[in-house]
Amino acid sequence: MHLTPEEQSMLAGEQGKADQKAMQILETLGRIYGADRMLPVSSVQISGVSYDNLGDAGLEWLSEMAEGGGRARVLTTLNPAGMDIENWDRLGIPPEFAEKQHRVIDAFARMGVITTCTCTPYLAGNTPSFGEPIAWAESSAVCYANSVIGARTNREGGPGALAASLTGRTPEYGMHLDDNRQPGMTIDVQAQLSDTADFGALGKAIGERLESLGRKAIPYITGIDSASMEQLKSFCASIATYGGLPMFHMQGVTPEAGDHTPPTDRITIAAADLDSARQSLIDASPDEVDFVSLGCPHLSIDEVARIADLLRGKRVVKEFWITTSRPVKALADQMGYAAIIEASGAKFAVDTCCVVAPIRGRFHAMSTDSAKACYYAYSKNKFRTRLLDFDQVVREAVGEG
Amino acid sequence: MTRSQIYTGRSIYPGAAEGEALVTSMGISFFGGVDPDSGVIVEKGHELEGQSVAGKILVFPTGKGSTVGSYTLYRLSKAGLAPAAIVNAECEPITAVGCIIAEIPCIDQVPIERLSTGDHLRLDGESGQLEITP
Repeated sequence: MHLTPEEQSMLAGEQGKADQKAMQILETLGRIYGADRMLPVSSVQISGVSYDNLGDAGLEWLSEMAEGGGRARVLTTLNPAGMDIENWDRLGIPPEFAEKQHRVIDAFARMGVITTCTCTPYLAGNTPSFGEPIAWAESSAVCYANSVIGARTNREGGPGALAASLTGRTPEYGMHLDDNRQPGMTIDVQAQLSDTADFGALGKAIGERLESLGRKAIPYITGIDSASMEQLKSFCASIATYGGLPMFHMQGVTPEAGDHTPPTDRITIAAADLDSARQSLIDASPDEVDFVSLGCPHLSIDEVARIADLLRGKRVVKEFWITTSRPVKALADQMGYAAIIEASGAKFAVDTCCVVAPIRGRFHAMSTDSAKACYYAYSKNKFRTRLLDFDQVVREAVGEG
Repeated sequence: MTRSQIYTGRSIYPGAAEGEALVTSMGISFFGGVDPDSGVIVEKGHELEGQSVAGKILVFPTGKGSTVGSYTLYRLSKAGLAPAAIVNAECEPITAVGCIIAEIPCIDQVPIERLSTGDHLRLDGESGQLEITP
């Protein structure tokens, strides 16, 4: 692998211990994947932020990197943490957890990382442009960046992403190369999709179908005329969760779709497939639901406005978490949406989400519009789930379900 | 008396190690599959369930599971419970990054099916050389 003099200097430890570790990680990943060189990156998104996932080992390593002089060389943001950084107490997070979580955030802050804790960095000021090499972790954001924005990133792990931030580099392999962005299978969608929940169900249907065929192909999706940013973020989260996919093309919707013709290898997703994907994520009755959550991936300001509309003058009858990024929450405060929502008894859980917060054992069944949230509710927290349309989720929270 | 055998693999992380092999034909998930406080493999149904990786030259085909597993190796190392070295058939990023941050010598691309638990191994992480000594 060819390294520039600057990269060799980092590897030799001439620019500090943290940069040396970072370059060792990148150089090794590059060798494993057969990269010829490093690419400069303009943007990094780091995962492994929740103390629930990191544990003491992760905290210790991050602290060591901060003490070793590690400093972000490019714009770097964070994935959701295990709690609302300001209002953790009100969400029932234990003080011991909060103390450790704060130390994690502090370590990142010392390295110059922007501590917006969100899975939608593209809605919080970390928005790369078309064709740009970046290094993002967080599978849903990776899929969004590659597919919807047309930036280029592999599915980084936490340490690999931090290494990219501290060096401003990533090895050139995988999704950075044109050949690996070619679609391998056409997915013809013959169904009407309207809600974010439909797009989540579609991600599950496609992801599972490709897995069952043993195909790692990048899908070329036809049959969807238009999709909103919110629908696309729901779809990205789901197809990355159920299919492990870093990218898709959607004819007439995503920017690189026009560069390719639909592959001849083709499968159809019919209305019945979509319906069965939705039904497969419903195994709780409305009465059993004791936890309601919207915001996986984190809500846009438009979605928060919609929730405020639906909650105006009402009272929630279930624990209802609204998860979003701090910049969107600030805007919701400014617009008065947050006041309406909080008057209903619903709670903002900013900086965190129902996937990474330590909520196992606290609830039994969850309603949400997110297929990804259903997956982790079941696998990580052993909750039963109800996948519902966005508006229906809010109605269930106020007892009108 | 049998002579020692030498294989040359690929260097993942440098450093020399010598010790007893602990070998499995199953993948290892360091997050959830290995107890970070004891170094004992706890994955249900794993060939090595109940055995400690501490001080051993741990031989397995490849890593699996969550990327957070890299931190488990770091924590084991801080507690003095890490493997002395790791040998894989094909190393993947979780194990590779774990070895780098925990400074555990690691090589891959050697025929691990020819290694058995209890073999005495000598390994050079820099050159990728692995020696089975009688």
